[in-house]
Parts: sequence; structure tokens; C-alpha cells
Amino acid sequence: MHKIWWKILGSILVIYTAIAGLLLGVPHLAILNETIRNLYFHVPMWFAMIVLFSISVFYSVKSLSSKSEIDDIKAVESVNAGIIFGLLGLITGAIWAKYTWGQFWSFDPKQNFAAISVLLYFAYLILRNAIDEEQKRAKISAIYNIFAFPMMVVLLFVLPRLKDSLHPGNGGNPGFNSYDLDSRMRMVFYPACLGWILIGYWVYTIRFRIRNIENKQQHN
Amino acid sequence: MKKIFFSLILMMATMQLFAQDNGVEMADSLRSNGKIYVVVICIVIILVGLLAYLFSIDKRLKKIEKENHINK
Repeated sequence: MHKIWWKILGSILVIYTAIAGLLLGVPHLAILNETIRNLYFHVPMWFAMIVLFSISVFYSVKSLSSKSEIDDIKAVESVNAGIIFGLLGLITGAIWAKYTWGQFWSFDPKQNFAAISVLLYFAYLILRNAIDEEQKRAKISAIYNIFAFPMMVVLLFVLPRLKDSLHPGNGGNPGFNSYDLDSRMRMVFYPACLGWILIGYWVYTIRFRIRNIENKQQHN
Repeated sequence: MKKIFFSLILMMATMQLFAQDNGVEMADSLRSNGKIYVVVICIVIILVGLLAYLFSIDKRLKKIEKENHINK
């Protein structure tokens, strides 16, 4: 994946969503009004985060069997990149909530659980920093990561659905796709998700390569 | 043929009317003034700038990797 085409593709898709997301038509809905366009920018952050955390858990499992330091570095750097997208998702969600639900933080189940799932990954990074010995750190943090990933999925997609949430897709509140994610919005929404996932993956590869060089220099 | 074509166009026109006019306030004046384009241009400039910056970081990193003999 050290070719350049997917980086250009990601850049083009993200720029396309900025233009098309603001200019193309959207359904006219009460309360939401023009903020429905936030769907193109807020939701892809979470998709990018989930993809990066999936990469992380994949390399955590791999590092347990391979005992390779490279796999361990890959796991931690994809969490580092994923957390940025998680925080951006939380902030954009809070701003969107202010103008549609009335408050930045209304302690909505979806907001609370999303914050907890980001905190889970902060705990992962703190756990890593607390252990000095490399082999032990790789093993313990890999096992923590394997537990953290399903917890994150449950917190984001299962628990909010069991409670009354204002967020679309939860608590008997149908998701966007059932009544207003029409074909015009899909034309922008899917490229936006793919574009931001590619950009997130790119940020992760840059972080990993820097860490790899630092690692080599330490050993020499 | 012509008749069918015209009736199809008319039907599509009415569909548009049904979809648009439900009295929900949107940023129509911003669009009719053409000022939404200013926002779009600003966002695109920021994005292009940041992405170009990412590309330049990527290039520099590639150079350093070559110096450190990290083969990809």
C-alpha cells in the first residue's frame, strides 16, 4: 500500500464531498434544515475511526502470535490515528446537537457511550505508557485491545439502541436511511465515507513510518 | 413518441414540485445571492492546502526512509 493512487483518490473524494455536500440538493426537513449536510462530515469521522480501530485489533491479534515489534507498533499507531477521528466525531456531534437537540451535551445515551468508547482507547494508550518492558507491554496491551474492540462496538451500536436516544438509528428512532437519506444524499455520503477512511489510513501509515524510523535509530 | 416524451417530462416536473415545496426553511437566500460559493471556495482551499501538506510530509518521509535503508 505504498503507492500513491489511493492517496490521490482519497483527496479527490474528500474535496468532492466538500463541494457536492454544500451545493447539491438535500431533503427539506423540519428542525434539521441545512444541518442535514453535517451527515457528510460528522458520520465519516466515526467510520474512519472504526476502520482504524479494526486495523489495530487485527495487528494486536497478529502480534500475539508473531511476537513481532512491527505488528505492535502498527496496532498502537492505528489507535493513535483513530482517536483523532473519534474526538473530531464527538466535537462535530456536540455542535450538531446544540442546533438540533438544544444542548452541546444533553447526556444522550449515544453521546455518553461514544465518549466512553473513546476513553477506552485513551486507557489503552495510558496502559502502554505504564509498562516499560517491551515484550510485556506488547502482550498486555494486545490483550487489552482485543477486549476493548468489542466493547467499543457494543457501546456504539448496541447499547444506544436499547435506550431512548435522540440520535438517528436508536431507541425506536429510525435511522437516516429509512426516511430521508435519499439517492441524492447517497451520492455524496458514500464517497465521503470512503474518502475519509482513506485519509485516516494515510495518516496512520505516516505515523507508523515515522515510528518505524525512530525504532530503527534506537536499535542502532 | 413525442406525446409520451412530453408527458414524462411533465410528470418529472411535478415530482420536483412535490419534493421541494413543503415550507421548511432552508438557506435559499444564501444560495440565490450566490454567497454559498464563497463558503465552498474557502473550504476547498483549506482542504487542498492541508492535503498538499500531507503529500509533502509523505515525500519527505520517503526521503528519510531511503536514507535509513528502510525498504518498502
